[in-house]
Amino acid sequence: MNDILICLWSANGFDRATQGVIGAGRRLADTTGGQLHAVLIGAEDNTLVEATSLRADHVLVADRPELHEAQPELYLAVLTGICRSLQPRAVLLGSDVYSQELTPRLAHRLEGSSMADGAELTVAEGGALRVRRTAYGGRANAVYELGRQPAVVWLRARGFAPAEPIQDHHGTVTHLDIELPETITARIAERYIEARDGVPLEDAALVVSGGRGLGGPEPFEELRQLAAAIGAEVGASRVACDEGWVPASWQVGQTGKKIAPELYLAIGISGAAQHLLGIADAKVIAVINSDPDAPIFKHAAFGLVEDYRKVLPALTAKLAELATR
Amino acid sequence: MNILVCLKQILDPDIPARDFRIDPERREAVRGSADLVTNIFCENALETALQLKDAHDGMITVLSHGSEEAEDVLRKALAMKADEAALVLDDDAAQADPLQAARVLAAAARKLGSFDVIMVGRESGDWGVGQTGGLLAEELGVPFIALVEHLDVDEGKLRIRRQTDTGTEIFEVTPPVVISITNSENNLPRIPKTRDVMKSYRKPLTTIAVADLSLTPSSDSYFRLVEISVPEKETRCELVEGHNLEQRIDAFAHRVAEIANTTR
Repeated sequence: MNDILICLWSANGFDRATQGVIGAGRRLADTTGGQLHAVLIGAEDNTLVEATSLRADHVLVADRPELHEAQPELYLAVLTGICRSLQPRAVLLGSDVYSQELTPRLAHRLEGSSMADGAELTVAEGGALRVRRTAYGGRANAVYELGRQPAVVWLRARGFAPAEPIQDHHGTVTHLDIELPETITARIAERYIEARDGVPLEDAALVVSGGRGLGGPEPFEELRQLAAAIGAEVGASRVACDEGWVPASWQVGQTGKKIAPELYLAIGISGAAQHLLGIADAKVIAVINSDPDAPIFKHAAFGLVEDYRKVLPALTAKLAELATR
Repeated sequence: MNILVCLKQILDPDIPARDFRIDPERREAVRGSADLVTNIFCENALETALQLKDAHDGMITVLSHGSEEAEDVLRKALAMKADEAALVLDDDAAQADPLQAARVLAAAARKLGSFDVIMVGRESGDWGVGQTGGLLAEELGVPFIALVEHLDVDEGKLRIRRQTDTGTEIFEVTPPVVISITNSENNLPRIPKTRDVMKSYRKPLTTIAVADLSLTPSSDSYFRLVEISVPEKETRCELVEGHNLEQRIDAFAHRVAEIANTTR
């Protein structure tokens, strides 16, 4: 089979990551000459069903009350069942935590292959899926060939271009009749969403970020003020999160958020390879750092070599003035 | 709780960028003068296990699949106060794909005893593929939870906290379970005391030859690395100019505002 299956969570709606997965799936199906199937798990979202059916050949809605809130064990059962009947060439997922943890398990159940954090998909002669991704904490680019079928891959979803609706096309919509396991031994019992004003870090056009050089939690208040002056969101390096200066969900980097803002302003961040991996897709990187040899300068468009403490209040005031013009 | 922590030895990922090179023949990083270290997320896992043991009692076994050099990783874990250590000796361990690694770890885990919690790091600092934990769970036929930062025991059930994109989730789990550990402010690995480092060398270490696990070799590989390269991606950073700091801040602000005002 040359068909491609994409796995989407209805709760996310038609967000940027979802659009990236649909785009990646559409183009891959066009390459293999197969059909694009999209399974939407969770409470049915008409907007998402409609948007997906304009871009995919078949939309499968998996809506049962038990699936309205994510339960990985149940999602895995649903996806395994669908894959066994569809026999897709490749299965694509997004970059959220459920996608990440389901990918190897689904591949194992289907005797396929899996790969994480795919940045580009191609098809080799002979039909095997090839996945480009980074290795060695962002220091190298690697291409893997996944010989076993299906190839199950979670994607760096926001890095994939969305697909336009296909002209005069409306994919089929099927409501699945699904059987779920009666008991599961691992269940999500509680959920905590961290209060965060503004847009999610991944969707922000402007990001101001702080690191080890800030020395503690207090200077992040100054970063927040600077960010407010230009309408930016605030992120952080791994050190700042590990030290507990800011929540872990603020982390930008290999093991944090991978973001693609128009401007990334790094303050007191040296630029470890694992951090740079998180901002590889940023359009412009600007730096304020007292160490002119900090590796991040090699990736920046413009910079200011200075102790941030001498810069911040004046910079914030200046930016507020320039923004109100 | 009976806890198994899997530890992987890798090339020190913190070597300076200028010393990082790829051997085109072997398709892997040149070792050069770099040290071999314990993968950081594996150390976060051990720290998480030690905290669980400190709070609720238990037994921690550490397991590594590697060459003879991987003994260092296990000795360090013993110095951090893991109770027992086992090494699956395999000169080809570095070339193992994640499914092979998972099969080795699953077979070794079965041989070593019965575990309530099996921990792995979320991914390794070398290839960073992050598939071993999920595959190990499937090999053992137990649930898998990724990106865990803390766990607790409540009336025989595990309460497992993991990070999500927007906050945290608590799982209630009836053991056994495989979990992958991510870094958090609470699981920075402890530094072993010198006295414990000395003692670690006198503790027993079980060695298992990979051949003794009687695994059937798989007919195909999980995946194949077909290309690897180091990107040449350096831009020339323009340092803003000015006679004094005020002028430089002003110049910097204009560059930032130029972008900010067009994206709004």
